[in-house]
Amino acid sequence: MRPLAQIAVAAAMCSACAAEPLAPVAAPTRASFDPALIAKGAQLAAIGNCQVCHTAEGGKSFAGGRPIETPFGTFYGTNITPDPDTGIGGWSEQVFVRALREGLDRDGRHLYPAFPYEYYTRLTDEDIHALYAYIATREAVHAQNRPHELRAPFNIRALVATWKAIYFERAPFRPDPARDAQWNRGAYLVNGLGHCGACHTPRGALGAEKKDRPFSGGIAEGWHGPALDARSPAPVPWTAEQLFKYLRTGLDDVHAIAAGPMDPVVRNLARAPEEDVRAMAAYLEALAGPPSAERRKKADAALAQAKAGSRANGRGAEIYAGTCAACHDRGREAGSGGALPLGLGTAMTIPTSSNLLRITLEGIAPPEGQPGRAMPGFADALTDGQVKDLAAYIRSEFGRAPAWPDVEQELRKIREERK
Amino acid sequence: MISLDVNGKTQELDADPATPLLYALRDYLQLNGAKFGCGLGQCGACTVLVDGRAVLSCVTPISTLAGRRITTLEGLGTPEKPGRVQRAFIAEQAAQCGYCIPGMIMQAQALLERTPHPTSAEIRKHMSGNLCRCGTHMRIVRAVERAAREP
Repeated sequence: MRPLAQIAVAAAMCSACAAEPLAPVAAPTRASFDPALIAKGAQLAAIGNCQVCHTAEGGKSFAGGRPIETPFGTFYGTNITPDPDTGIGGWSEQVFVRALREGLDRDGRHLYPAFPYEYYTRLTDEDIHALYAYIATREAVHAQNRPHELRAPFNIRALVATWKAIYFERAPFRPDPARDAQWNRGAYLVNGLGHCGACHTPRGALGAEKKDRPFSGGIAEGWHGPALDARSPAPVPWTAEQLFKYLRTGLDDVHAIAAGPMDPVVRNLARAPEEDVRAMAAYLEALAGPPSAERRKKADAALAQAKAGSRANGRGAEIYAGTCAACHDRGREAGSGGALPLGLGTAMTIPTSSNLLRITLEGIAPPEGQPGRAMPGFADALTDGQVKDLAAYIRSEFGRAPAWPDVEQELRKIREERK
Repeated sequence: MISLDVNGKTQELDADPATPLLYALRDYLQLNGAKFGCGLGQCGACTVLVDGRAVLSCVTPISTLAGRRITTLEGLGTPEKPGRVQRAFIAEQAAQCGYCIPGMIMQAQALLERTPHPTSAEIRKHMSGNLCRCGTHMRIVRAVERAAREP
């Protein structure tokens, strides 16, 4: 059945889907929580990346207002500080649990799944308890939520009930007894709080995960979230040790730097417990499985090319030589100022040009006032024609793959956003 | 021969097309305002304007600049008659060693051409790619604010 027809049928069946409002409570005091519990909640919130969507650029933590671009329109992260009027100060722990597990606010209204309760529904009672203690003890900020700007019919909140009836599965995390404790911990974090699938799993027309293809590559705010399963486009297969280093620091010697929506993720994971990040890395390594002999051969070729540097002729190659090579052909050794040889990055090998074009045009910059690797953007230096020549060259020379079909379209989209 | 439009004048250069604009300006045209800092597009000392936008001249080969309008520090004014942003940087004594200042001025010029009255936060964000090792950042920000105020 077509998705919209599904919605219509389910809407007809679902006339009384609204949930009961729950009574407001006085915001709990800091003294009512064990400091150790608050500290645990802080670490969990880092894994959950909560602050990123719920904090505007330059704004107060958790006070909302950050725009989140989706195919359905722009969502604005909400104020989840304990302010009783504009935040969630009136939420009891019971309300908080229901929001995370069932996607409902205190009034019983359905929350859009931009808030990833599809994943948070797997959280344990203890973890939600700690998260509540942490969130409830943040600085209360009076800041009205900005209404989402969604295209019709997605702006009709009641339709979320139908969406949930079809797609949302409320179920706790079920450990796999055949696997060890570290794998299970990783599975719990990756599929629960970490909500990695939000960006790395493909979604259908109505934004629901394609459950038969988990972690096979998704989208996030105009970026492609590369596949994490056996389809991984990484030229060099990831080991758990490399994944751990990357998830903690955003850097690994033979893989690309964390950029775009992944940058705040690694900044947060730097504050998470080491053993939790190791568990996530172990789970992700197992998810991709051992690389095939063919993949290993390709990896060796990519590593050899990275040492040899680039060579080719043509307009794109000339631009690369004058604009990119000073850093990217230098190798990435400490203190060299060098950047990743492009043959080792995924932006070149994924099925879309979006990531390469975004990095080329916008560059990579750490959040203001924070340390991190920086690459200048070339939006103003290169014309559209030059960007296209450069992308074509990089795709063929370093991605070793057929030309992207979407360069024109992606380039127009990014230029439009920048206006 | 490569033809470049620099500060309103057409210049013919007998240079390799891969030559970075910075070298073309300094070594061929004796326009020494733009500075070599890192050569990697990381410091901003080489900033010039291309079609009114700030561009890092050390990582911009001249082959990409046909038909485009290049403006350097020398294009904004002279020692006798400095331009508006240059006057503001002098008035605020924004330079200490001065090495980064040409890039800072060009970056500020690019900002003010698009955003004539930037907020302090907009100035800081826009200028964040230009590094100053002496630490006169506060004076630089004040200079940009002054340039935005003055006619």
